[in-house]
Amino acid sequence: MAEFMAIAIRAVAVLLLLVVSAALLTWAERRLLGLWQDRYGPNRVGPFGLLQVVADMLKLLGKQEFVPPFADKPVFILAPAIAMATMLMAFVVIPFAPGFPLADLNIGLLFFLAMSSLAVYAVLLGGYASNNKYALLGALRSAAQALSYEVFMGLSLLGVVMQAGSFSLGQIVEAQRDLWFCIPQFLGMVLFFIAGIAESHRLPFDLPEAEHELTAGFHTEYSGMKFGMFFVGEYLGVILISALMTTLFFGGWLGPVLPPWLWFLLKTTLFVLLFVLLRASLPRPRYDQLMAFGWKCLLPLALLNLTVTGLVLL
Amino acid sequence: MDTPLSSRDGTAVEYTDSRLQRLLHQAAPQLQTQVTADGIETFWVPREQLRAALNCLQGQAFEMLFDLTAIDERVREHRDGQPDADFTVVYQLLSVSRNRDVRIKVALREGALELPSICDLWPNANWYECEVWDLFGIRFAGHPHLRRILLPPTWDGHPLRKDHYARATDVDPFTLDAARQDREQEALKFSPEDWGMQRQSDDSDFMFLNLGPNHPSVHGVFRVALQLDGEEIVQAVPDIGYHHRGAEKMGERQAWHSYIPYTDRIDYLGGVMNNLPYVLAVERLAGIEAPPRAQCIRVMMAELFRIASHLVFYGTFAQDVGQMSPVFYMFADREKLFGIVEAITGGRMHPAWFRIGGVAQDLPQGWDRMIREFIDYLPGRLDEYQEMVLDNRTLQRRTRGIGVYSHAEGLAWGASGPGLRATGLDWDLRRKRPYSGYEQYDFEVVTASGGDCYDRAWVRAEEIRQSLRIIRQCLDNMPGGDYKARHPLTTPPLKDRTLEDIETLIQHFVNSSWGPVIPPGEASVMVEATKGMNAYYLVSDGGTLSYRTRIRTPSFAHLQMIPLMSRGLFVSDLIAIIASIDFVMADVDR
Repeated sequence: MAEFMAIAIRAVAVLLLLVVSAALLTWAERRLLGLWQDRYGPNRVGPFGLLQVVADMLKLLGKQEFVPPFADKPVFILAPAIAMATMLMAFVVIPFAPGFPLADLNIGLLFFLAMSSLAVYAVLLGGYASNNKYALLGALRSAAQALSYEVFMGLSLLGVVMQAGSFSLGQIVEAQRDLWFCIPQFLGMVLFFIAGIAESHRLPFDLPEAEHELTAGFHTEYSGMKFGMFFVGEYLGVILISALMTTLFFGGWLGPVLPPWLWFLLKTTLFVLLFVLLRASLPRPRYDQLMAFGWKCLLPLALLNLTVTGLVLL
Repeated sequence: MDTPLSSRDGTAVEYTDSRLQRLLHQAAPQLQTQVTADGIETFWVPREQLRAALNCLQGQAFEMLFDLTAIDERVREHRDGQPDADFTVVYQLLSVSRNRDVRIKVALREGALELPSICDLWPNANWYECEVWDLFGIRFAGHPHLRRILLPPTWDGHPLRKDHYARATDVDPFTLDAARQDREQEALKFSPEDWGMQRQSDDSDFMFLNLGPNHPSVHGVFRVALQLDGEEIVQAVPDIGYHHRGAEKMGERQAWHSYIPYTDRIDYLGGVMNNLPYVLAVERLAGIEAPPRAQCIRVMMAELFRIASHLVFYGTFAQDVGQMSPVFYMFADREKLFGIVEAITGGRMHPAWFRIGGVAQDLPQGWDRMIREFIDYLPGRLDEYQEMVLDNRTLQRRTRGIGVYSHAEGLAWGASGPGLRATGLDWDLRRKRPYSGYEQYDFEVVTASGGDCYDRAWVRAEEIRQSLRIIRQCLDNMPGGDYKARHPLTTPPLKDRTLEDIETLIQHFVNSSWGPVIPPGEASVMVEATKGMNAYYLVSDGGTLSYRTRIRTPSFAHLQMIPLMSRGLFVSDLIAIIASIDFVMADVDR
């Protein structure tokens, strides 16, 4: 019982931490974009505008819970929950510090891949259930994009698995004591990062919700907290991919002097910032160009990476 | 090259080249000529010979139908020598290769308001004929789809007719009862067949997507009905009129002077650039020539606004292909520019600062320092933007080879401005038909060769640099002297001698309260505005109000080309095309 309580407390702590940091990330992103775009960003509510997050949350909570009459109601409500739940579930396997993943699964990496595949259903179902043409186009794009990018996301990680000899994220970190995998698995890292951006629907791969083309894409019909859940889900995705980049390629919690959890936090934050910087600087490719890039360029590279790693290890 | 047809002092020029007239005479034996204040050769042809005459002109290298509009003549008093008419339909043609204009007029009687359509001769006649039907109630036989284009289909009457009310207070208050609401709702229902679209082909059902009038990328209230096969566009049909405010009708109710602020709001990114063709047309009618200082100030302000408008284009163009940041940098620069505009004119986006005969005030002290700082500052920023936007490979892949039209197509569809120059044609009115002293400035007419979205953006980016060059020349060579012509018809009237004798006092009082009386006549003046050729065609009946104000805007012609440019492409390409056109809905709908 005590053991169960300990796990429960840990889980709740991680959950709260994640949701709060996802919310804070919305503020950080807007401030950073402001900084990089010669403007202020939200700086009125609270110190440095930090309470903007609270204000936004209250606003979203205060909105009418609206389901369009033409929507498929149960699915429409389910979709944002899937978006947030799958992302949160994926964090179960992330080792924040030595011995501190919520569940040290020996198939940790596969679990993450499974969850990220499930997350696609959120977009797909949300777009389908909205019964809106823009949402449908967004969902279609999302399906195609996920299909293309999932393939080499998995492949790009296999190099790491081969080198570490394990699917467990904790053991992958331990395997990087001598050398971070970002050096031997450089190609894999780049590929994974690109796939990760696509996975979290961020610019330049935000085609499912490309504002200038599809208004808001798959979440066009969403409002209030249901929209908020998609929103938080997206930011959780950003944190998740950043955390995985840290874990898989940059030695996770490893580092001198500072406590392990701090190292993990610092590294992850760095990648989150990179996500924001990318958004501030890159234009969006066209849908077919994105597909072609995935299948014709990234997939062969992933296979090449896998082959070369295999040859070296043999 | 032919000599320019209009003299620069504003007086009418008798047309002497009889070759064109002879040719036209063969096509339309009952040809009549008319002398207009703008010196554009104007011929009246009977309705039956209209197509023959226009056919003949098209054969004479008049590639572009520049404008097609109408005049309600029923209450006009000064029509000396013109054929009797209740309505006149006016076709203005432009020959780019010969740098000439010609105007064809057809007189119509009230019982028989119908003309043959000329959509087969110039494809852009389509929308213009719809507009004339919508606003004047003149039918065009053989038009593929004559419909109301600016007003809702349920509208009663034709508003540019003189007997149509101009203000809501002239009629009973508006009410929307249930029956009327149902009728309006019914009229809004989308039926693909009405738009010339099929619901399915042999192997697929099409999807119809309503892009706009509220959509982040349509730059205002503009709607495109899309017929999609997957994400591929089978047809894109633009629907305009959501921004129609009756600017032309207002022109008939405002004094010559008090209409100036309305012009600012036509191309609302162009500021004083809109004042220019209007005041030039009034000056042409009144025989005023602005003094050199006024002309130089006008050129400088107009070029400043060209930069402001192009900066908005540049930023939103990048934004529409998904690049988030540039628009913020460019708006910051535009804000600097508005600081200068504010210091000089007191206004920002809509200064309404040009006056009949000159400008509103002299330049303030220290204007030169402000402008010099700005033109020294901007080139460095432009280099950064080039690197950030136009040199970006993703952006190039999104915009190269997309939305292409050739220069022949451009001319046939009435395209102008940077869009036309992107096809390789160096047609720039500032160079080809210098007005306001543009012949004295040293600048390049920027052209590209591809005629695609990328080239349209590139041409505009380069034009900013050329505008800076022109502004620098204004700065270095600003002439002294008056900022407004010494002429009794300028507005507001000169005041310096009003307390010396009663005649000047009376003249000042009358011209300030009622506004100047502009001599009867017709004049059309076109300028190279921010988005292309913008012209005001003014008809004066010798009063304090305009009898007819026709505004020919570039955006109207450009939007009509969207189906041509987007067929077979993707939705995201359409967004790039829309972004690259650089239109303003107020400029389209007026």
